[in-house]
Amino acid sequence: MSPVTTTLTLNRLDPGEYGTILELDAGDELYQRLVALGLRIGNSVRLLRRARFGGPLHVRVGTTELMLRRREAHCIRLTHASPGRP
Amino acid sequence: MKRIAMVGMPNTGKSTLFNRLTGAHAKVGNWPGLTVDLLSAKLIVGDQLVHLIDLPGIYDLNGYSEDEKVVTTFLAQNQVDLALLVLNASQIDRQIVLLGQLMRPGLPIVLVLNMVDEAAALGITIDAEGLAAKLGIPVCMLSAKYGQGVEQLQPAMRAALREAVGADAANGGRAKLDERQLEAAVKSSVLVPAQASHALTERIDRILLDPWLGLPIFFGVMFLLFELVFILGKPIQDAMAWAFAALRSGALEPALAGLPFALRGLLLDGVYNGLSTVASFVPIIVLFFLCMGIVEDAGYLSRAAFLMDALMARFGLDGRSFVMVLMGFGCNVPALMGTRVIRSRGLRLLTMLVIPLSLCSARMQVFVFFIAALFSAKAAPLVLFSLYVISILSAMLTSQLFKRRYVNNDPFVLEMPPYRFPTPRQVALRGWHEVRHFTRRATRFIVAGVVLVWLLTNFPLGAAAGGTQTWAGQVGTLLNPILSPLGIDPKLTIALIFGFVAKEIVIGSLAVIYGQEGAALTHTIAHQIDWIQAYSFMLFTLIYTPCLSTIATIVTEAKSRAFSLLAIAWPLGLAWIVSFVFYQAARQLAA
Ligand SMILES: Nc1nc2c(ncn2[C@@H]2O[C@H](COP(=O)(O)OP(=O)(O)O)[C@@H](O)[C@H]2O)c(=O)[nH]1
Repeated sequence: MSPVTTTLTLNRLDPGEYGTILELDAGDELYQRLVALGLRIGNSVRLLRRARFGGPLHVRVGTTELMLRRREAHCIRLTHASPGRP
Repeated sequence: MKRIAMVGMPNTGKSTLFNRLTGAHAKVGNWPGLTVDLLSAKLIVGDQLVHLIDLPGIYDLNGYSEDEKVVTTFLAQNQVDLALLVLNASQIDRQIVLLGQLMRPGLPIVLVLNMVDEAAALGITIDAEGLAAKLGIPVCMLSAKYGQGVEQLQPAMRAALREAVGADAANGGRAKLDERQLEAAVKSSVLVPAQASHALTERIDRILLDPWLGLPIFFGVMFLLFELVFILGKPIQDAMAWAFAALRSGALEPALAGLPFALRGLLLDGVYNGLSTVASFVPIIVLFFLCMGIVEDAGYLSRAAFLMDALMARFGLDGRSFVMVLMGFGCNVPALMGTRVIRSRGLRLLTMLVIPLSLCSARMQVFVFFIAALFSAKAAPLVLFSLYVISILSAMLTSQLFKRRYVNNDPFVLEMPPYRFPTPRQVALRGWHEVRHFTRRATRFIVAGVVLVWLLTNFPLGAAAGGTQTWAGQVGTLLNPILSPLGIDPKLTIALIFGFVAKEIVIGSLAVIYGQEGAALTHTIAHQIDWIQAYSFMLFTLIYTPCLSTIATIVTEAKSRAFSLLAIAWPLGLAWIVSFVFYQAARQLAA
């Protein structure tokens, strides 16, 4: 069975799921920082966990792990292959 | 002298490499962007002496943060003969863009792929020669932490410097590579397995970042750390205090017996009492810094930022602010400088307003002393812990009150480095660095401070030492109406005034004011004030202006007179209110 492909923003992933970055809807500064940390179009990202009480997300892209707030994660649109393989 | 600049993203091991190359005691921290001051040292490359400069870690040479501006300004305004571009070997795919941005005519570059030990553990293979050929620059693979491969750096730098001499034309002719070419070069020489992740880090994070247990574990670790510092440090401190007292009565008093009375008083009751009291605290301070250093180096502080961000957001701060406040528990000055990584001016100022409320190690000395004098050994760690809690609460209150004035609009995107455990060598280097830092401050402030206190508490001639007739006594009496509602008597007032200069002086000045040291001083103070007064004094000491260096740093970093004034006035006011409320309430309850 081929995986169902949908698009969604990074903050909507569940822990353990992967997605491939389609679009970064961010201003210059944020865009630059996201790209520098490896969140680039075409890269696969995995959501590792969310902090409690609406705190940041912990994600992995390539060999880099990073945290970002949900507001920033909202700017990152993914295609979502579920259940996930990179 | 030729100049070599180290460039790279935060946390790629630049400071570690710098230490390795120069043997200098630069500070090493596993926190993205901590290296904010420009460190430099002299280094021999081949037959010439060169200047090696460690630039702050940056994500983008065309970026917007203060650090990024520091680097671009530095590169634009200084002749740089060679750039060492330090990248994390396992993250070369995303970090290589810096190379494209750095390439310019006349600037030779040596590419350093650091942390090859981690890359190997992840199963990443790198064809350094192939990469060097495609990029047209030398590539060194090494591990700054463990030392493997570092020996290639000398010949590479020597060759690059030699090539640079009179070869500007040839150098300028080297093609500047665009992003696509860089990526292609990396792709063909670097092999990353599909599932490369730090297995140990993942396992540890599953526990330390647990949704429910994460925060309790964090505070538990911090509490244990304080306990440990106490348990290990207290006996050493007592032993040192005893030794200093023995030295005084056994050797110094007889030796100086022939001197005129006033001079002997200055030397023994002023300089010696003050200095020895302060020196006996060195073990606790160094232990504290060592423990914090290990926690920081290990990468636990980034986790703390992750765990605390949601809470901090409510106070208009973010996870980074929390880490800076934690750093402030060591010393406020580097923490204030660390706020340079924050781009939003509002958030940066708010964080700078909050940091001076962090209970720094100098204040800890004062507390350790008073707690030992007035509380039982069993209650001691709890009392100290309560002061840390109050330190955090007053920080929260402050940011809550001022968050609408200093608005945060900075995005929060931070790297979470894998856990890295410092080697004994790194720990030793760090400990040594702290001792040196402390003694340097001590010689600058404390000697001058205690001599001044001695003069003020012994003059005009004829006044009883430490009495109300002396100059200090007169000032204390003058301020008495303001401070007596807090239970702070004129003698303690004098100590507070000197504490404005540096908290390290407070205990030393008490030794001078009371004309006693060590156990005798503790004993006298325990007789003259009760625990309510002592706690009120500690609250005031905790919250009001930490020291002149902190103020100087705020002034230079904030570049705003209004803000600097606020940063002095607000804590003073808050200190008074908190001590007043505590003292009056406790007196009522105890009555
Ligand atoms: N495993 C490993 N860790 C390293 C190496 N070099 C540095 N580190 C660690 O990486 C962290 C960041 O290093 P630091 O020198 O502070 O990086 P900077 O921010 O670029 O100056 C510290 O915990 C270092 O101990 C290395 O070659 N291998």
